[in-house]
Amino acid sequence: MSTRIRDMELEIMRYDPEKDEAPWFQSYTVPCNEDWVILDAINYVKDNLDTTLAFRWSCHMMVCGSCGMMVNGEPSLTCKTFVRDLPDKVRIEPLENFPIERDLVVVLDDVMQKLHQVQPYIMRKDDPPAEDVEYNQTRGQLMKFKQLTMCINCMCCYAACPQYALNKDFIGPAALTLAHRYNLDNRDQGKSDRLNILADHDGVWDCSFVGACSEVCPKHVDPAAAIQQMKVDGAVEFWKQKMGIVGDKS
Amino acid sequence: MSRRPYIRPVSKTTWYMRNKRYKVYVLRELSSFLVAFYTFFTICALAILATDSAEKWDSFLASQQNTGMVVFHAVALLYFLFFQTFPWFKLAPKAMPVQVGENKLPDSFIIIGHYVAWVIVSAFIFWLAGVI
Repeated sequence: MSTRIRDMELEIMRYDPEKDEAPWFQSYTVPCNEDWVILDAINYVKDNLDTTLAFRWSCHMMVCGSCGMMVNGEPSLTCKTFVRDLPDKVRIEPLENFPIERDLVVVLDDVMQKLHQVQPYIMRKDDPPAEDVEYNQTRGQLMKFKQLTMCINCMCCYAACPQYALNKDFIGPAALTLAHRYNLDNRDQGKSDRLNILADHDGVWDCSFVGACSEVCPKHVDPAAAIQQMKVDGAVEFWKQKMGIVGDKS
Repeated sequence: MSRRPYIRPVSKTTWYMRNKRYKVYVLRELSSFLVAFYTFFTICALAILATDSAEKWDSFLASQQNTGMVVFHAVALLYFLFFQTFPWFKLAPKAMPVQVGENKLPDSFIIIGHYVAWVIVSAFIFWLAGVI
């Protein structure tokens, strides 16, 4: 069975920090196989038309999360975006809301710091744990947060978030979701520590529930849902503290 | 090789024109003006009621029965339905997921629950108002 070849025009944003004052677009005509994803088309450009093009990718199978880009204005994982679903002319830009390092490569330092800030690891009040101790988890306990573990840090959610676009102090969808993943984990006892960060000015209350993060998430993690659930948690904890009830499962 | 990251400008006044999602969101948030109006409207109605004057109350009711006001209230009702009630009920399972045993309750259960509660509360208010 032969596969159809279609010429597509790729308009790719270029930016060379050593030469360019601002980004600009360069067009490439790429003979695309209909089975290709956009990442294949970009690799074709790199391999056959222009070796200077800079972009990130690694696994080509929706695991590494490094090939997130804007495809016709939509934050997309380019290894998951098939050319057969797109028109003949496609505009490819680096993820919105991040500084451009070069061409399609963005600077991710800010979100890396934010991911670290929310303490995304199991915290125990009884540290250091006794040797040979296992913290058990039932399937039901796992199912409470399993969906949230699917995040691959592609940062499409940050590119879709208008709040992050306007306010870089906002912790943002992926980092907040990661925090919620640990808050929901029965083995964790750090929820009240995390809430100090999450319920602060730049935490969950900066989210105005546009919901774009969940719509673009290639792994269906639903960050918007996680953030709304944390708002409920934050409000409950606030009133517990007001009424002198010691909160959280720990 | 020097680093000189380029920061794309974001307009603080027209950012919501970027895509359809943002426009729908802004339309949802604009209903806050209607909320403000109805808050003011209710306070005015209560103030008139508090005067204990049947004449003033009747004239207030009459003022609401002209075509302009009826159309305004109808448009406001539709606006609330499409940009508040329907979207928020649809989003409710996100904020309040319910897990029974090992699995999450289907979203439709929570959404239908909200509509049922809405009908019951509305029926109660209509009953209080003597409509049914």
